[in-house]
Amino acid sequence: MIPPSFDYHAPSTVAEAVGLLAQLGDDAKILAGGHSLLPMMKLRFAEPAALIDLNRIDALRGVSEEGGLIRIGAMTTENQLIASDLLKAKVPLLPEAARQIADPQVRNRGTIGGDIAHGDPANDHPAIAMALEATLVLTGPNGERQVPATEFFLGTYFTAMEADEILTAILIQPFAPKTGYAYTKLKRKTGDWATAAAAVVMTMDGERVASVRIGLTNVAPTAMRASDAEQFLVGKSLDAVTLDEVARLVRAVAEPAADLRGDEEYKTAMAGEMTKRALRQAAERCR
Amino acid sequence: MSKKLVSMTINGNKVEEAVEPRTLLIHFLREKLNLTGAHIGCETSHCGACTVDIDGESVKSCTCLAVQCEGADIKTVEGLASGGVLHAVQEGFYKEHGLQCGFCTPGMLMRAYRLLQENPDPTEEEIRVGMSGNLCRCTGYQNIVKAVQYASRKLREPATDTVAA
Repeated sequence: MIPPSFDYHAPSTVAEAVGLLAQLGDDAKILAGGHSLLPMMKLRFAEPAALIDLNRIDALRGVSEEGGLIRIGAMTTENQLIASDLLKAKVPLLPEAARQIADPQVRNRGTIGGDIAHGDPANDHPAIAMALEATLVLTGPNGERQVPATEFFLGTYFTAMEADEILTAILIQPFAPKTGYAYTKLKRKTGDWATAAAAVVMTMDGERVASVRIGLTNVAPTAMRASDAEQFLVGKSLDAVTLDEVARLVRAVAEPAADLRGDEEYKTAMAGEMTKRALRQAAERCR
Repeated sequence: MSKKLVSMTINGNKVEEAVEPRTLLIHFLREKLNLTGAHIGCETSHCGACTVDIDGESVKSCTCLAVQCEGADIKTVEGLASGGVLHAVQEGFYKEHGLQCGFCTPGMLMRAYRLLQENPDPTEEEIRVGMSGNLCRCTGYQNIVKAVQYASRKLREPATDTVAA
C-alpha cells in the first residue's frame, strides 16, 4: 500500500512549521511519528495535499524542568519517555504507561504529541494527560496558548486545536512525595490498542483516599475522566465494597464502541475492572 | 508532485536518488536499490518483517518515508554479514533453527542485532519483550529466543570459530 501523492516539507524550526501551516491551510497535515497518519493515508482515510514533518525540529524533543513544571516536547518519542530519568523521578506514570504502548520499533517513532493531537480515544496519552491534569501548549500564528488536557478532547479525532496550530509541548506538575499512580491496560496482544485502560493518580491520608484522578482510555468517543468515581472515592478506604461501587460508577459512564476487541457489555465491564486494578496498584505506591 | 533528491548511507554505501515524497522506505530499499532482504508483511507497522536500523534505532520501514531518511545511516539485513562471515545473530538463527519459512527472519535479525546492542546480556523475558514488535507464524518463538541467546553469548565472548556465509 502506497499513500496518495503529497508535497513534503521538513521545517527545522517551530516558526517555520507554523508559517507553512498558515500558508498551506487545510490541505496540509502535520506529520509526527507517522504511525497513525501514514497507515491512514495508505488506506485513503486521509489524503492531505502536503505533509509538514516535525521530525527535524530538535527544539520539540526532550524532557526538562522549567519553573517548577515538567515540560515534554511534543516530538519526544515513547522510548525517550521510557528512558527519561527526570520522568522516572517526577512523573513515573508516563514511563510506565509508555512501556505499554505499541512495540519497541514503533516506540522509536511514535511521539507523545502525535498521540495526543490525533484525538483518537484508543490512544493512551489522552487519558493519561487528563489524569495528570497536564497542560497542552499550542503554537499558532499568534503565538502560544495553553489548554488543559481535560478541555482538549471534544470528539473522536476532534480536539480544541485550531487548524493553524501545532501542539508543541506538554506541561505537567511533578508528583508530590507518596503520590500513587498506575496505568492498567487490557490488550489482546503487543501493539494492540486498549480493550479498556485506566490511568490513576492518587494521594492517601492514612488508609483513606485524599485525592484521586482517573482517566479512561477507549471506552467512549473521547478519553475521559471518571468524575463520579473520583468524587465518591475521596475520604474512603479502598475496601472491596468501595471498589465495587467505583467499578459501578465507571461502568455507568462508559459508552464503548463494539469491535473485534469485544462487545459493549464486555468493554464496559473491563473499564470497571481496569479502574479497580489501577486503584489497588496506585494505593500500594502511596505508602 | 515533484520528486525530491535524498541522500543516505545504506550498509556503508552512499546512496543518492530522486524519490516521490510518498515512497515508503521499504519500497525505496526493495524496488529502487534492489535490497530485497527486508520484507513487506502487514504494511501496517505490526509484523516487523520490514525492520531496519536507522541511526542506531530499530524502525519499521513500511511506516517511514524515504524522504525522511535524508542524511540517515541505515543498516539492512544485507549489511549484517561481513567479509563472508555471518554476524552472530545470523549464526544464532542458523544454529538454533530460529526460523521455518523464513519470511520474518530479516526483520527478526535486524531487531535482534539492535536489541543486543541496547542490552548485551538480556534475560529471556527481556528478549521476548525486546522482540515483541516482530511476529513469527511458524516457530512459536522458542528457537528465536534461543537464537538471540546464542548470539548474545557469542557477542560477549572473545572471537572463536565462525561460520562461512
